[in-house]
Amino acid sequence: MPTPRRLLATGFAVTLTALLPAAASAQGNLTVYCSVQEEWCRPMMQAFERATGVRVAMTRKSSGETMTQIRAEAANPRGDVWWGGTGDPHMQAAEENLTVEYRSPRMSELHPWATRQAEQARFRTIGIYAGALGYSYNTTELTRRRIAAPTCWADLAKPEFRGEIQVADPNTSGTAYTMLATLLQVMGEEPAFDFLKAMHRNVNQYTRSGAAPARAAATGETLVGITFLHDAVTQKIAGAPVEIVAPCEGTGYEIGSMSIIRGARNMENAQRFYDWALSAEAQAIAGQANSFQLPSNRNAPIPPQAPRFENIRLIDYDFARWGSAAERTRVITRWEREVRAGAR
Amino acid sequence: MGALTLARAALLCATLGLFLAPWHGLQDGISEVTAWPGGSAAPLVALLLDGSRWWLWPVALLLALAAPALLRGRAGAGLAWIGAGLVLAVFGAGYAIGLNGLQWGWLAPLLGAPPAQPSLGWGAFLVLAGGIGLFAAGQAARGRFGADAFVAFLVCSCGFLLLLFVFLPLVNMLSAALYEDGRLAPAAFGARLVAPEAWSLACLSTHAGCGVVWNTLLLATLTAVISTLLGLAFALLAVRGGARGKVSAGAFRAMTILPLITPPFVVSLALIVLFGRTGIVTGFMWDWFDIPRSRWIYGLPGVLLAQVLAQAPIAFLLLDGALRAISPSLEEAASTMGARRMRVFCSVTWPLLKPALAASFLLAFVESLADFGNPLVLGGDFDVLSTRIFFAIAGARHDPGRAAALALLLLAITFGAFALQALWLGKRRYTTVTGKGDSGIPAALPAGLKLTCAAVAWPWMIFTAAVYGIILVGGFVHDIGRGDLSFTWRHLGTGFEVGWFDGPAFIGSAWDSLFTTIQVAAISAPLTAGLGILLAWLIARQNFPGRRGLEFMTMLSFAIPGTVVGVSYIMAFNVPPVELTGTALILVICFVFRNLPVGVRGGIAALAQIDKSLDEASATMGGGAFQTLRRVVLPLLRPAIVTALAYSFVTAMTAVSAVIFLVSARHNLATVYIVGRVEAGEMALAIAYSTVLIVIMLVTVLGIEKLVGRARLGRASAAAPPIRAGA
Repeated sequence: MPTPRRLLATGFAVTLTALLPAAASAQGNLTVYCSVQEEWCRPMMQAFERATGVRVAMTRKSSGETMTQIRAEAANPRGDVWWGGTGDPHMQAAEENLTVEYRSPRMSELHPWATRQAEQARFRTIGIYAGALGYSYNTTELTRRRIAAPTCWADLAKPEFRGEIQVADPNTSGTAYTMLATLLQVMGEEPAFDFLKAMHRNVNQYTRSGAAPARAAATGETLVGITFLHDAVTQKIAGAPVEIVAPCEGTGYEIGSMSIIRGARNMENAQRFYDWALSAEAQAIAGQANSFQLPSNRNAPIPPQAPRFENIRLIDYDFARWGSAAERTRVITRWEREVRAGAR
Repeated sequence: MGALTLARAALLCATLGLFLAPWHGLQDGISEVTAWPGGSAAPLVALLLDGSRWWLWPVALLLALAAPALLRGRAGAGLAWIGAGLVLAVFGAGYAIGLNGLQWGWLAPLLGAPPAQPSLGWGAFLVLAGGIGLFAAGQAARGRFGADAFVAFLVCSCGFLLLLFVFLPLVNMLSAALYEDGRLAPAAFGARLVAPEAWSLACLSTHAGCGVVWNTLLLATLTAVISTLLGLAFALLAVRGGARGKVSAGAFRAMTILPLITPPFVVSLALIVLFGRTGIVTGFMWDWFDIPRSRWIYGLPGVLLAQVLAQAPIAFLLLDGALRAISPSLEEAASTMGARRMRVFCSVTWPLLKPALAASFLLAFVESLADFGNPLVLGGDFDVLSTRIFFAIAGARHDPGRAAALALLLLAITFGAFALQALWLGKRRYTTVTGKGDSGIPAALPAGLKLTCAAVAWPWMIFTAAVYGIILVGGFVHDIGRGDLSFTWRHLGTGFEVGWFDGPAFIGSAWDSLFTTIQVAAISAPLTAGLGILLAWLIARQNFPGRRGLEFMTMLSFAIPGTVVGVSYIMAFNVPPVELTGTALILVICFVFRNLPVGVRGGIAALAQIDKSLDEASATMGGGAFQTLRRVVLPLLRPAIVTALAYSFVTAMTAVSAVIFLVSARHNLATVYIVGRVEAGEMALAIAYSTVLIVIMLVTVLGIEKLVGRARLGRASAAAPPIRAGA
C-alpha cells in the first residue's frame, strides 16, 4: 500500500521541520512574557524589533499564569523579561527571588510613584503604567430602574443595588485584592469590613477575572462593575452605554510593572528592552493600542481618554504593607470568613 | 517475530545511538550538527573517549556484553537484565547529574563534582529504544508474552512511554500535597483532603455554597445521564428510525458533529448571548410574557447546558457505532419466536447496548469532571474542582499543596466512576460480530419509543441550531453581545488579514497560532489513534503480567484535570534529562497522552464485539501476532480508528487547560489565543476565530472519514432487495 506509507513519510518530514527551531538572527533573541492585552503586547514587540533588530518571541498570559510559569521554570528559565501586569505578582516575584535587580539609566525620567515602587522591591521591578480603581455602571439599566447615579463607595451598600453589583474574587484576582486593600486604607479596617458585609448582599457574582465586571456592566449583565477604570474606558470607547466613577472617598491604584527574570538567557537584550520600554516613545504605544493607563514616563503623552490622576482622589497606597504575602493572606482569609460566607 | 530478530534490531539501534547520533539535545537547533563528532553534537562514544562523561561507561559495557551471544545467534533470558540496565544507566545518570552538576548529593563520594550535563538527545533516545528492545527480547525468550517478541516489545515500549509521560509527572506534581513551605507535613495533607471547601454541606441548610466535591459530582452525574439519554435518542432514530430516520440520519450526523468541533468558551458565550440577563431569549420572554430577567444561566444550569451540548454528540457517536454493530440475526431470532417489538428491544437490543451506554456515561462523566472552559465562563459562584485547582495554581493565592490535594480528590472520583462501570458490566460477554454469516434486517423501533426519541431529539436539534447560529453570526456583526447586528468583516480581518509584500504575507494576529495549532493537531492525531488502538488490542487480546497496570495508566491522564497535567509537564520536563518545554514536541506529547484513553476505550469497546475466534483462526493458519493485527483486527477496527483520529485531532485543536502553561512564544495555540481575546472582552474576534477553527475541523473530520472509510461489515440494509441480502 503506497499511499499510507507516503503519508507516513510526509508526516515524519513535517514532524521534523516542526521540531527544528528557526535559525538565530544577528542581533540575538529575546523572550518576553507579556501580561497586558494582546492588542498592546503585539505593537510593543513589533516596535522594539524595528528599533533594535532583536528578534522578539512573545507569550501573552495573565499575570497569575505568568507568575506560575516563572515559578515552575525557576530551575531553567525560558523567559527573559516579564512586561506588564498588575504590580502585586511582580512584587511577589521579587520577594521570592525570581527576578533580578536592574537600575535603568532612564529611572530619572519616571514619575515618583514608579520609582518608589522600585525602591520597595529593591529595584527588582519597575512601574510602567498606573491605573486607578473605581467602578462603572450601565446607564440604560440605571434609567430603567430609576436609581440615582452612584458616586461613592458608600453608595454601593444601598439596598436599591441589591443583586446588581459585580466584583472579582480576591482569591483569584489581583484587582479584587486591590479593592480590599483600598477600602481598608480609605475607611479603616473595621468600618471597611462592615461596608463589605453590607455590599455583599448587593453582589450578584464574584467573578474570577478582574476585568470581567467591566464587561458585564457594558453588556448590561450587571448594573455596576467594580474594576480598574482603564478597563471600563476600553468598554466605553467601544460604544458601551457605561459611565465611569472614581469614588468620592478616594481610591487606590495599581502599578503595572516590568521585571527581568533571574537567569535570563539573553540578559543583554533584556536590559535593552527594559530601558527602551521605559522611554516616552515606547510608552506612547499604549494609547494607540486602546489601553488607557497612565504611563510612568513623565514625558510620555497621556491618552486623552485616560482617567487622569489629577481628577481622582488618590490615596497614598502603601504597596510595601499591602503587597506582602502575610498581610494579603490575613486580609483574604478574614474576607472569606466574615464576608463571603455570609448570606445574600 | 522471534526474540532473536528483535534483540538484533535493538542492538543495532543502540549501537547507532552510541556511535553516530548526538548524545545530548541540540539547544540551538539543527545548525549545531555541523560540530559533529565534537562539540555539543558529539555522540556518546566521543564523550566517553575524551573522559567528559566517564560515568556513562556502563552503557557501552552493557552493549558489549549483549553483542557476542546475539552475533552467534542465541537470544537468552539474560538480555532482559542488560536492557533494564541500559535504561536505568541512562536515566540514573541523567537525573543524578543535571544543569548545576551533581543533583543527588548522596552520590558525591562516587562521582565527585561532575560538570553540568545537558538534556538527553537523539543518541540517548536510540540507546533507550535499544534497551527496551533487549529487555522485551529477554522477556520473550523467557516465555513471557506468549513468547511473542512483537507483543513483548509493544507492551514494554508502551509501558515505558506511559511511565515517562503520564505517571512520573503526575507523581511529581501530586507529591506537592504532602509538603507545606518546602517541608514534609503529613498533617497538612490530611487537613487538605478533608477541608470544608471540598466537603461542606452548608448549602443544604444555609445560603452558603456547598463543597466543590459535591458540586462537581452533581454536575458530572447530571451531564452524564442527560447526555447519554440524548445520545441514545439520536442514535436510535438514526440507526433504527426506518426510512424517515434514514433521511434525518444525515442531518443528525452533520449537526451532532458541530458541538464536538467547537472550541471551548464559545458555546458558553453563545449561551450568554441567548440567555444572559440581557440575552436575546431573555429579552423576548420579558417583552412578551413578563417573565422577569434573571441571571439563572450563571451557575449549575448554564454549565450543565453547555456541557450537555458538548457531550451529547459524543454519546451519539459511541451509541451509533454500537447499535450498528449489533447483529440483526439476534433480533430476528427473537421476533421469529414471537416477541413483540418492545420486548425485542428490552431483552435483546438494550442489554447488548450496555457496554456502549456505560462507556458513554463514563466519558461524559469524566469529561465533565475535567471541563474547565465552561465552568470558568458560566460558573458564576458555582465552583467545581477543575476551576478551583486552576486558581489554586494560577490565582492570586498560589498554593500548589492545596491544588495537589484537590487534584487527588478529582482523581479519586474519576476512578470511582471507572470502578462502578466495571461492576455494572460484570464479566458478561457482548460479542456480536463473529466470523459466522449473520445477514438480516435490523428490527424497527417500537412506535412509542420512536415517538419519544423524536420528541426529545428534534427540539434539541433546534436548540443546538440556535446556539450555532449565534456563533456563526457573532463573528460577522459589530457586537453581538450588545445586539449591534450590522454586518462587518472587521473581526475576521484583525485575525486573518493577508497582505502582499513580495509574496503573500500573513499580517493578521491569529495566523501564527493557527498554523501551529494545525501542525500540532495533524501530528498528534495519527500518533494518538495508532498508539491507542495498539494499546486496546494489547489490553483486550493479549494476556501478560501487568495488563491491568497498563490499562490503569492509559486512563490516568484522562482523569487528571488539564491544568494539573500542564503544570506537572512543566515541572517534569523543564530540566534535563528530558527537556521539552518551549518546543512543539511537548504539545504533541501532551495531546497524545491526554487523548490516548479515547482511542483505547473505543478500541476495547470495538474489540469486545469482535469474536476472538477470528484471531484464533488467523493464529491456526500460522499468522503471528503482527499478521493477525494487520490483516484481521485492524480492518475490523476501522470505525474505532476513525473515531480516535477525529477525536484526537479535534481535541488537540480545542484543548485549553492542559496547554495554557505549555505554549511558548514560538509555539502558541489557537485556543490559548482565543482565551486571551475572551479575557480582553473581544468576544467578536474570539467568535470569529472559533468559526474559522470550526470550518477547518469540519473539513478535516469529514476528510478523515472519507479517507479511512466507513466500516462495511457485510450486513444487509433494509433498503437493499432481499435477494442480495444474503450475498
